[in-house]
Amino acid sequence: MTMTTETTIGREAPPGARWIDVCAYDDLLPERGVCAIIDGVQVAVFRTFDGDLYAVSNLDPFCGAHVISRGILGTRAGAPTVASPMYKQVFDLRTGGCLDDPDVALPTFPIRRSATGDRVEVGLSDEHRE
Amino acid sequence: MNDGGDALMHVVVAGHGPTGHRLVEALRERDSEGSLRITVVGEETRTAYDRVALTSYLTEDADLGYPAHDAGVEVLTGDPVAEIDRAARTVRTASGRALAYDALVLATGSSPFVPPVEGRDLPGVFAYRTIDDLDAIRDACTAAGAGAGGVVVGGGLLGLEAARALQGLGMDTHVVEVAPWLMPRQLDEGGGAMLRRHIEGLGMAVHAGTPMKGLAGRDGRVARVDLADGSAIEAAVVVFSAGIRPRDELARACGLPVGERGGVVVDETCRTEDEAIYAIGECALVGGQVYGLVAPCFSMAEVAADALLARAAGRASVARFEGADLSTKLKLMGVDVASFGDPFADARDGALGVTYTDPVAGVYKRLIVSDDARTLLGGVLVGDASAYPTLRARIGGTLPGTPEQALFGDVEAADGDLPDATVICSCNNVCAGTIRTAVRDESLTDVAAVKTCTRAGTTCGSCVPLVKKLLDAELTAAGIEVSKALCEHFDHSRAELFDIVRVRGITTFTRLIEEHGRGRGCDICKPVVASILASLGNGHILEGEQAALQDTNDHFLANIQKNGTYSVVPRIPGGEITPERLIVIGEVARDFGLYTKITGGQRIDLFGARVEQLPEIWRRLVDAGFESGHAYGKSLRTVKSCVGSTWCRYGVQDSVAMAIRLELRYRGLRSPHKLKSAVSGCARECAEAQGKDFGIIATEQGWNLYLAGNGGMRPRHADLFASDLSDEDLVRYIDRFLMFYIRTADRLQRTASWLESLDGGIDYLREVIVEDRLGICAELDAAMERHVAAYSDEWRDTLEDPEKLGRFVSFVNAPGTPDPSIVFESERDQIKPVLVTGPRLEVAAR
Repeated sequence: MTMTTETTIGREAPPGARWIDVCAYDDLLPERGVCAIIDGVQVAVFRTFDGDLYAVSNLDPFCGAHVISRGILGTRAGAPTVASPMYKQVFDLRTGGCLDDPDVALPTFPIRRSATGDRVEVGLSDEHRE
Repeated sequence: MNDGGDALMHVVVAGHGPTGHRLVEALRERDSEGSLRITVVGEETRTAYDRVALTSYLTEDADLGYPAHDAGVEVLTGDPVAEIDRAARTVRTASGRALAYDALVLATGSSPFVPPVEGRDLPGVFAYRTIDDLDAIRDACTAAGAGAGGVVVGGGLLGLEAARALQGLGMDTHVVEVAPWLMPRQLDEGGGAMLRRHIEGLGMAVHAGTPMKGLAGRDGRVARVDLADGSAIEAAVVVFSAGIRPRDELARACGLPVGERGGVVVDETCRTEDEAIYAIGECALVGGQVYGLVAPCFSMAEVAADALLARAAGRASVARFEGADLSTKLKLMGVDVASFGDPFADARDGALGVTYTDPVAGVYKRLIVSDDARTLLGGVLVGDASAYPTLRARIGGTLPGTPEQALFGDVEAADGDLPDATVICSCNNVCAGTIRTAVRDESLTDVAAVKTCTRAGTTCGSCVPLVKKLLDAELTAAGIEVSKALCEHFDHSRAELFDIVRVRGITTFTRLIEEHGRGRGCDICKPVVASILASLGNGHILEGEQAALQDTNDHFLANIQKNGTYSVVPRIPGGEITPERLIVIGEVARDFGLYTKITGGQRIDLFGARVEQLPEIWRRLVDAGFESGHAYGKSLRTVKSCVGSTWCRYGVQDSVAMAIRLELRYRGLRSPHKLKSAVSGCARECAEAQGKDFGIIATEQGWNLYLAGNGGMRPRHADLFASDLSDEDLVRYIDRFLMFYIRTADRLQRTASWLESLDGGIDYLREVIVEDRLGICAELDAAMERHVAAYSDEWRDTLEDPEKLGRFVSFVNAPGTPDPSIVFESERDQIKPVLVTGPRLEVAAR
């Protein structure tokens, strides 16, 4: 799959969301994450091997520490995943759902490349604020 | 519980040999309620040790000690029970100590039988039972000098072991056996004759069918053994191994029934006539028989444990001792000897013997089958016992093929069909059904786990191949493919991937997974491949694509802690550090507000660093001359040392210098699991080297090398690999050991379980590393030389690379901002992490 602006915008930002610039696309290493802090909310931002972007909450619900951005990326049965660096639970990056425990999910955030293509923006609505 | 523990049932165990030890272990393991108080009273000054392996104490300087009981068990040594007062339920020890008991277990063992011949009390005449006996034998052989005569009286199992020991001590060794052939209790005449050829081939003289007349002395010491046929053997040392007599004197003295030929009479729950007194092991007479082999003795210990626990719980016991499988397999002086079932059944009604003899190869095999040749009754194997586990498991069952096929090992394929009741491990009395159930219910997937869970294969190890087959069959039946696949992305094991990467010269994960895998990897295969690439020398672990493969610890070159901060461990080779450097560590910790703790590996761990602090911390440390300690990696951690001969009045070698040399040689070496090492400067072993992956203990002549020990969840004592090595040989063997392990171990497999999984164990490892059986030593040596030459401090290199340093931020959009969720409070004058959010979910056990 090649990266297009549409593929990421396809996951709609809810009404009232603001797009917030977090970093340059080139700041993101393929298959590695970074954390952005937006109005006190920690968002884990990932770039997969194919170049797709994903944003989920950086808070690991299993251990209570903000560490999800430091997990290893990969795939499980084709789904893009991140594994918590603490106790290694695996989450689906598309939905935030925990693949090892169906009752648990990470909040997800809309993410896209900027119109110029060189920046990365995360969509944040009021409900995300802590 | 009141403070005296009076509410608990008090079990006193008289005797701390292997059987007493096993009883206590079984009690502690099963007494989940904590309903027993246990006191063990032993005669020897040592606690229990492995008597089966006695000879290896002399020939390999092996440490035979069993693991100590936990702190809840009181062990009194060197003070045997001297008297039992059944009415008062007390025992008195030799030193006069009185102990009240609720239940008493006699596990006093046996004493060697010494026939009443003239001269039996002369100096130079020994028994072969205790470590003290062996020490005395060694001293006598040393005093007599190499080439002096050594005679073993008794050509049974233990006698031949003793002969091996005497020959190892340089004696001109003779074996005297009254029966017409060797090992008459286990072997038929043909087997005994073949064994004799092997023994004579090793340079020993065998005198079978000739009773001994007496011993003659000269200058107050034994000098000659006279045989009934008129011949005589010059002998400076004589060892009696002519059978055992139960130690039943305590029972006799207090009026308990004993057998005509000795042995405390017990019922099938191992209880004596007195309902509070039990007897187990070689001192017990059960079903009219005294048993001298370890397996039935262990069975009695298990039966008694059940009876005692039932008693404490006020229920009826269920375990019964129902006779024992006396099958035996052993390697005598390099010769495989096995006897199973009833090897003499063909002397009786109708049974048939099928015999194969190859005098050139020295192989003798005999199967005893029922008259229709369908049921296996017993057999004897000498020179090649490879069919033993399979055949023993089928005793009393139907032969799957012809006797010829069975003799030549062609029945292997059917092992998965063994009935559940078949005893697989006779040492620990574990049935096929028990193993199958454990595999299913506990989701076991490897032999090591089956051994831990069921105890099968943990004593003599001869059934391990069969355990493996049962495991594989069970997994296959459960639809679990017996797969070495690392994860869903690779069908290969770690060892196979290592070879693929090495042989094909692959340097990137992307190429490897595209050509040999599928998908884009996961948190299992990526760190494995990262480790393989690092072991093969592919530059800095954060270079290019490798960065994305690393677990967070390797990625930040630090150890993640529960609140998402990291800890920092600078290398302190051998635990030696100057005051100046200690001060630097103190200053860094103080300036960055870090919690400090001394580690078990003789270094200092600094906790509570945020990712953006790591480069600043390390710049200070590197400037002061420190380098990465690799505490974050699956790699060499530390080589711990005692202070050694430089300072210690007992030290015989410079353990600190050797520890530093080894730590600097292997620093940064990536491996399937972490590696720990230690060097002790003398046999007092203050560095605890036998609990390490590779441990070194100084001797007067050089170094003893111990391999594959570990602490942790499943502690394992390291095995002695080689003795009295020079510095160069020591380093060479460790080089090869590490590289061979790195190449062939599974993911997260420590050296201990790796060694257990090697077919042939430590002997095989010796063949590979010392004798170069696989012809790979030159390659292993070269690989280690490449590692040593390419070593570079990961932290120094990172500090010199702005791109890598740029990743050390908490927030990509606010690089200077510390993570506000990281909060500390104070405890004992240091920081302590506080989780603001707190874990929201129970973490499932993984």
